[in-house]
Amino acid sequence: METKLPQGSKQVSDVEVLTEESGSSRREFLGQSGRVAAGVGVAALLGNLGNYALSYAAGGPPIKIGILHSLSGTMAISEVSLRDVVLMAVEEINKAGGVMGRQIEAKVVDPASNWDLFAEKAKQLLLEDKVSVVFGCWTSVSRKSVLPVFEKNNGLLFYPVQYEGEECSKNVFYTGAAVNQQAAPAVEYLMSPEGGNYKKFYLLGTDYVYPRTTNKILRAMLLAKKVPAANIEEEYTPFHHQDYQTICGKIKKFAAGGGAAVISTINGDSNVPFYKEFGNQGLRAEDAPIMAFSVAEDELRGMDTSALVGHLAAWNYYQSVDTPQNKKFVANFKAYCKRNNLPDGENRVTDDPIEAAYFGVYVWKQAVEKAGSIEVDAVRKAVYGQKFLAPGGQIMMDEANQHTHKPVLIGEIMKNGQFKVIWRSKGLVKPEPWSEYTNPEKGCDWINHQGTYQKK
Amino acid sequence: MSVAGIPMRIILLSLVVFLPFGSDLRSALAAGEEGQTTSSSPQSANPIDQALLDIKSEDAAVRSAAAALLIEKGDASLLPKLDEIRADADRATRQAIKPVIDLLKNHANLTSEQADTRRSAAADLVGTGRPEAIAWLEASAAKEQVWWVKYTMEESAQLMRLRSEDQTVRLLAIKKLGDLRSQNGLSALKEFVETGAQSEATDEQRALATAAQTSVGEIDSWFWWAGAIETFFRGISLSSILLMMSLGLAIVFGLMGVINMAHGELMMVGAYATFITQQAFIAWFSPEHFDWYFPVALPVAFLSAALFGLVLEATVIRFLYGRLLETLLATWGVSLILMQAARVYFGDLTAVIAPQALRGGAQVMVGVYLPYNRIFIIVLSIVCVLGIYFLLFRSNLGVRVRAVTQNRNMSACLGIPTRKVDAYTFAFASGLAGIAGWALTMVGNVDPGLGQNYIVDAFMVVVTGGVGKLAGTIWASLGIGGLNKLIEPISGAVYGKVFILVGVILFLQWRPQGLFAAKGRNADA
Repeated sequence: METKLPQGSKQVSDVEVLTEESGSSRREFLGQSGRVAAGVGVAALLGNLGNYALSYAAGGPPIKIGILHSLSGTMAISEVSLRDVVLMAVEEINKAGGVMGRQIEAKVVDPASNWDLFAEKAKQLLLEDKVSVVFGCWTSVSRKSVLPVFEKNNGLLFYPVQYEGEECSKNVFYTGAAVNQQAAPAVEYLMSPEGGNYKKFYLLGTDYVYPRTTNKILRAMLLAKKVPAANIEEEYTPFHHQDYQTICGKIKKFAAGGGAAVISTINGDSNVPFYKEFGNQGLRAEDAPIMAFSVAEDELRGMDTSALVGHLAAWNYYQSVDTPQNKKFVANFKAYCKRNNLPDGENRVTDDPIEAAYFGVYVWKQAVEKAGSIEVDAVRKAVYGQKFLAPGGQIMMDEANQHTHKPVLIGEIMKNGQFKVIWRSKGLVKPEPWSEYTNPEKGCDWINHQGTYQKK
Repeated sequence: MSVAGIPMRIILLSLVVFLPFGSDLRSALAAGEEGQTTSSSPQSANPIDQALLDIKSEDAAVRSAAAALLIEKGDASLLPKLDEIRADADRATRQAIKPVIDLLKNHANLTSEQADTRRSAAADLVGTGRPEAIAWLEASAAKEQVWWVKYTMEESAQLMRLRSEDQTVRLLAIKKLGDLRSQNGLSALKEFVETGAQSEATDEQRALATAAQTSVGEIDSWFWWAGAIETFFRGISLSSILLMMSLGLAIVFGLMGVINMAHGELMMVGAYATFITQQAFIAWFSPEHFDWYFPVALPVAFLSAALFGLVLEATVIRFLYGRLLETLLATWGVSLILMQAARVYFGDLTAVIAPQALRGGAQVMVGVYLPYNRIFIIVLSIVCVLGIYFLLFRSNLGVRVRAVTQNRNMSACLGIPTRKVDAYTFAFASGLAGIAGWALTMVGNVDPGLGQNYIVDAFMVVVTGGVGKLAGTIWASLGIGGLNKLIEPISGAVYGKVFILVGVILFLQWRPQGLFAAKGRNADA
């Protein structure tokens, strides 16, 4: 390549000479312009090669990673932010010199909120693009859809969203919360004197695997804590449900006499009609607070918050978390969105899945550097026990179960669509993919066991 | 304690709450209260100021003494200070000083000018459990003019009396709660019944249980009726929404034989037009005129959706008349394009804030509460139906539209410009979709998927009602909406939808042409 470079510069000087000739015939002119174009093309190509050579010289060819988030369809509103933040992390890492001196090259695909397409695109990323890691998925059904692909081809997926647990795949790292890191502590908080001594719980969710499993665990937990079954109500609505009149009427009846709280796992666009109807039926946060597990800052942007003030949410991170690295992270994200002309630019907010997607990239980078390789098995072993100072505070990857140790935070919704943190767990909470309430006999361990195992 | 990204003052105030003996922190509190005028010595001259500090003590005894003093001697003048602490402090702090704030604030609010505030105060006083409040509540109830507020005050007073030690007071309260048909008393009354039913219950407890049983029976039967009325209202409300969505669709489907899958996206256009109008008001007008954005958005939504419809007709549908499946596919494509365009252009920062008049609702009777936004949509749908009726059956244009619907070729022979009628009708139907989108911003959200959520239901109504029949559409939406709300309390929302779908399928097996079939020679046309 180096031998070719002088040739390229010679070509360029030829071009200069040629263009200086004037008064030539039309035919000559055509020939000239052809040569000019060819010259420029070769020069550009060589420039590219030079660039490539430079990056190669710095440590090797770029490392390919995949981003598997829906950019169109119903889930786009949530998932686009995750693509943005992963690309931002990639940009940061590349600016700082890359991974092991190699640049990262992100391959973005759009599974269009279509679960089958998720598996297809995952296959494409792993087999055709040969990416060394994939950051992606939001809904549990999309994760379940890609899981066989990753397991069969020994790929590596970083999954950044809170989920229902009961999964222990060695090809997935779960950087979001398991049920015992979000839902269970939130309900325990509501039952505590500090949280308001609530005694009756209305479990309301969208009808799919995450709310159903979460509520199954919560119900087992409540029963174990001696809450009578009559004080637990469970109800599901279809996706995109818009008419919450009957349900709010039921909640009103349920909450009469006080001591009742609503545990909401309602997902997506049903939240707005639900909160609106709740307020319009004369229910207040004082009568029955709604504790939500799927409403974060990103969702609140699209809502009229006057109906939501005083209601609660449980997450592992909020944009309002007061750490220096978070201030920097939030500012960087806003700047990144503005710089790249993404919709809403500076008005973008960060939230829990965005943070989890972000630190996932860094955890992977640290693991690659520790392993000195991008081989999936080596990287996986290196991820175990990795620590990282995430925007929300120090997090740690579990030693054996593929999940993340995180703090739990309860937040109260404020008028500006941000959360005020009103309770925080002491230290990090250890993730339990198998809940102690519904599957006490099962555990997840890829060091001493082969994934899910029976405890003795 | 949380140290989240909240303003400095909040952190200071919460520090004050947790570390009440630090003198510099005390001055921080003073800064938050009355600008450094409080002395920094621990012994304050004014007992109320002292109590204000003691209430934040870590010692439970000091705290409760201070609370008692504040409740006894304090009045509404303390509220600004307490409110400030309540608004800014974190939840733990609020929980600690909640009873005092609740009592003082609610006591003051009992005489508020706002009926809602008075009622909230009366309801919240129960939670404090302080017997002092009974006298306040009864004094206020005697003066109260608004029946619902008066009711809540009386109910709250009786609820607090239930906790009395005196048997006769309790018996009387139980009876009164029954007379009041108090839903909030139900759980407490049921507890009395349960205690009385136990074998080791005393005679007193048994007497209470008997009285409570009677009251529970009274309340239950009252709420059965109240529930029936509310269910009826919800059915009407859902029907009115279905009707708003299907009106335009029925006209297009009936007149032109076009299956317009983009109808939902025309609703979305109306909703986004409302949002844009709102943003314009925020940008250009003063906040006190903000609520006017909503009426202004009505013509904006109608016209912008109509314009979209006109363009859609001229560029796509015009070329596909008579080809049913192709219109379906083409408009489906258009709807996808519009959705993704909205997603890319607007992102998701699209909250529409309801005008003050359409928030909350009216308590019609005990147990029946009707939200204003729902009433508004019901009235709007009636107005729309009347408007369409006059347009179609009482105007020249309507005669032409109906003529083209019945026999296109004959109308053309008689000199009616059928293509023009098509275009205008399509635009008008699109405008109706725009109005539906405008109204739906009051119950739902503005997002690109808005139309998709409703289009299936709208088609179900149109098909059930009989294609192109206005009366059919009205009856079908009433039937489907009403049935849905009737089934939902029993089966839950998911199976409610399933039952309705199965019901519609069975109905169409029995009457494939829908409720109101086209009759006569052109029935097959």
